This record gives sequence, structure tokens and C-alpha cells, in this order.
Amino acid sequence: MAGRVAGKVAFITGAARGQGRSHAIRLAQEGADIIAVDLAGQIGSVPYAMATPDDLAETVKEVEALDRRIVATQADVRDYGALKAALDDGVAQLGHLDIVSANAGIFSFGTLDQLSETAWRDMIDVNLTGVWHAAKAAIPHLRAAGGGSIILTSSGLGLEGMPNVGHYVTAKHGIVGLMRTLALELAPDMIRVNSLHPTTVNTDMIQNAATYELFASDLPEAERTREVVSERFQSINALPIPWVEPVDISNAVLWLASDESRYVTGVTLPIDAGELLK
Amino acid sequence: MAGRVEGKVAFITGAARGQGRSHAVRLAQEGADIIAVDVCEDMPGMPYAGATQEDLAETVKEVEALDRRIVAAKADVRDYGALKAALDDGIAQLGRLDIVSANAGIGSSPHAAQDLAEQTWQDMLDINLTGVWHTAKAATAHLIEGGHGGSIVLTSSAAGLQAYANIAHYVSAKHGVVGLMRTLALELAPHSIRVNSIHPTQVDTPMIQNEATYRLFRPDLDHPTRADFEPSSQAMNVLPIPWVDPVDISNAVLFLASDEARYITGVALPVDAGAVIK
Repeated sequence: MAGRVAGKVAFITGAARGQGRSHAIRLAQEGADIIAVDLAGQIGSVPYAMATPDDLAETVKEVEALDRRIVATQADVRDYGALKAALDDGVAQLGHLDIVSANAGIFSFGTLDQLSETAWRDMIDVNLTGVWHAAKAAIPHLRAAGGGSIILTSSGLGLEGMPNVGHYVTAKHGIVGLMRTLALELAPDMIRVNSLHPTTVNTDMIQNAATYELFASDLPEAERTREVVSERFQSINALPIPWVEPVDISNAVLWLASDESRYVTGVTLPIDAGELLK
Repeated sequence: MAGRVEGKVAFITGAARGQGRSHAVRLAQEGADIIAVDVCEDMPGMPYAGATQEDLAETVKEVEALDRRIVAAKADVRDYGALKAALDDGIAQLGRLDIVSANAGIGSSPHAAQDLAEQTWQDMLDINLTGVWHTAKAATAHLIEGGHGGSIVLTSSAAGLQAYANIAHYVSAKHGVVGLMRTLALELAPHSIRVNSIHPTQVDTPMIQNEATYRLFRPDLDHPTRADFEPSSQAMNVLPIPWVDPVDISNAVLFLASDEARYITGVALPVDAGAVIK
């Protein structure tokens, strides 16, 4: 059986690990070639270790193990010129572009009265402007291909608020406005644009001491175990699970990327275990 | 490769033709057995011919041609006892229940809200809203007892998320489906039973391809045709298409029914060519 995205090429930001790597592998399993970018470096206001060049190399290895092609580049979504150059090079090597997963994102914490200018700016620059950059760089290639699917990774926090992460909530809400406007602007070209809204995903972005502190600040650090925080995480979901796995988001990316959703556009799709119902 | 819903059993209302038949065939292609019901009669207030027993027999034939089992019964979603008996019998024969597609529904002639007859309103609510509740109600005990979760997919409409003039009864029923979906999702989440709604734009079936619908969209013409309807229908969408095919809705049902969507619940999913963002 042919893969569900056989013959397509997908551009994925934040592809070194976590959800981005999972998307690269899942799409490659279903026949796509991959253009992968990642900063593969640290941002000062981010309170956990970010991905490394070794992580990006591992994504390359896993996609190649599936007999698919991958062009991977270290690039910062905040730097439009570098991002565009990486994408253009990938398209030159792989021939065309069909799918965009604007996945790169960061997490940090602070109430809105306490957030530093730097933490706010880094968040908006990466999680919102970086998403616009990914779409902007891709649009001419998608038009040249005669259509395509752009998938923006927002969050449950793109549809509702939460204390202590106002800059994240603001950026992720902004993605919804960006998605809806892109969907309108690109519909005549048969380019579809949708956003994903995960609940907590089991990745390094949440499995770290800083995030555990956010969810269990009432406990001393030694007691903020994975088991304890998993109960806290589960309390935000309706389904009896603490978090979803990266592949659950990848399966939604795959569906939206495939021709099975050829007439789905402008949609906010939660993969949130019912978080938004509560 | 195993099908995406291999070994599961799906209960589908309104399965004799149109979207319901398409769902039965698509799920069977991916390995599911089917419990199909349809009233197989003209319904009150329906300005077009209803499905027939021959239509339901054709659904049976198409599913069996895929080497899947199907139990089909003539039943009216307004009659809870009859609907439950049909489902109970299907489960007795097929052994389990995993998926519910509450698809049965009618269209109606256009009337301003103040001109709607009491009976026209009541018939619409009885079929398009109460019938959906009956379907979920009959299935819930089986899904809970099965102990392996499940996926309930309610067919609403773009008109379940926004209004269209002159079909207040349809818009009200389809909005009501969203409230029903969200409440079921909360109530059933502890059992890992997921509940979502689908919101199609116009689907190319007998429910819209009839003179009453043509007149709703082209009140300026005495005897509007499919060709007259096409540009008016396309004007609802942002993608440059007049309507979607039944299989486009089936592919969304398949995704939500499959384990790929195992943590998606409480979601209103448009398959609407952007009608809701217009």
C-alpha cells in the first residue's frame, strides 16, 4: 500500500527532537521526504536544555533508516533569511514542497507583572513570529506546487488562558489569528492552513525541573517527582491520562497533511484529551 | 498492512445512502464490521425522496464485497426502542461495539423562523437532535461494558457553528448537537470513550441535490438546477469548490474512529472548505 503522503515533501521546524522529530519520522513512514530545521542551540530565557546538533543528526538518521530523503539545517526561525535559505536549499534538493509543519517553540514562565522584557520578546519572536516566518518562506513553493497543507502548532493554551505563562498564551493565541488569515489568503491557491492544539505532550519541553516547579510550586523540589506531577497534569485533562505522546500530535499532522483532509482548512484541532472541555 | 480500524465494530445511522453508506464502506475498507440502520422511508418535512430498503441493501452489498460483516436493520432514530433493539441485535451478532457514527439527518424546505410550522420544527428536532441523542444513548452502555473505550462521532454541520438564514430549525438542531457532544465527552471521558462532532459544508448527496435546496440558494429562479446552485454553493466556501464528497466526511470519521485520534475528544471538527472562517 502506498503511504498516505507518498511522494510529498514536508518542511518541519524544530525537528531535532520531541514533536518535530516525531513528525519527521511519522511523515517519512508514510512516504514523505523531509526538510528539517532546528536552532539546535540554547536561548537564554529558556529554563531547560534545548536541542543540540546531535539531536538533529539523530532525526536525520531515523528518517534515512526509513529509506526517505532528508535535508537538515541548523537555522533559527527568528532569522527569516536563514530560515528561507534552508528551505530553498531543501526544495532545490528534493524538488518541491507540499507540507509545512511550523512546530518550533519554547516554554518559559512568569506572571505578566514579573516577566522580563527578554522572556516576553524571546517567546513572541520564536513562538509567533517564527511561525509566520515558516509560512512566509513556504508560500511561494506551495503555490508553485499547485496547493499544499500548512499545519501550525499552537496549544490548548492557544484557545484558553493559564496563569504564569501569559507570554506563551499570547503567542499561541496569536497563531490562531495567523492561521485563520493565512487560510483565507491561501484558499484560492488550494493551500490549506490549520492549527493543532495539544494538551501537555510528553517531551523535554515539559519533563524538566522548571515545568515541574510550575505545576507543583507548593512542594519542595525533592518531592516534585514525575509521579506527583503526572497527577497534576492529569487533572487538567478529561480523559484519564497525564499527557499525550508526540506520535499523537504526529498522527494529526499526518491526517491534515494527507489528501484525506483535502477540504479541511481554517480549523483549530485540539489533541487535548478534553482539556478545553473542563 | 492491517486496516486502521481493523477488528472494530461500527454502528452507523442513516446508512442506506449518502454519507452514511460512504462511512460504512470506508470503515469496512479499513477493517471494521458494520451495524447499519436507516429508516428507509420518506420523512415528514423532507422535500426530497427518502432512502429506500433497496438503498440499504446496496450498502450491505458494498460492505460484504469488502469481505466485512454487516448487520442492517430498518429503524427510525426517533423510536428509541426500535433503535436500541437494532443495535443490541447487531452487537449480539458481531460481538462488540467500538465506533458510533450518528449520521442520520434530514434537510428541509426554507422558511423564515416566524413562518416555520410547529410540526416542521418538531420533526427536525426529533430527527436531527433527539435522534442523535438516542443513538449515543443506545450505544453508551455497550461501550462502557466493552471496557476498551470507544469513539462516538456526531454529524453536525457548518450550520452547527454558524447561522444560515431560513433554516432556523436545522441550525438549532445542529447547534444542539455541539452541546450534546461536549456533555457526552465530559461524561464519558472517565471510560476513555471519546465524543466529537463533524461539521461539513455542503456534501454532494440527495439531501442537498434537490429542488428545495436549489430554491433556498437561488430564490431568484423559478426552477433552479444543479448548475444554478453550484456557484451559490461555492460562495459559502473559501476553497474554490462548490461542495465536498461523502468520502471527505468519511475520512474524518475514519480518523476520529481510529486509534490515531486516541486522545482527541470534545472537538468540533469542520470539514467545510473554510465555510466557517468566511
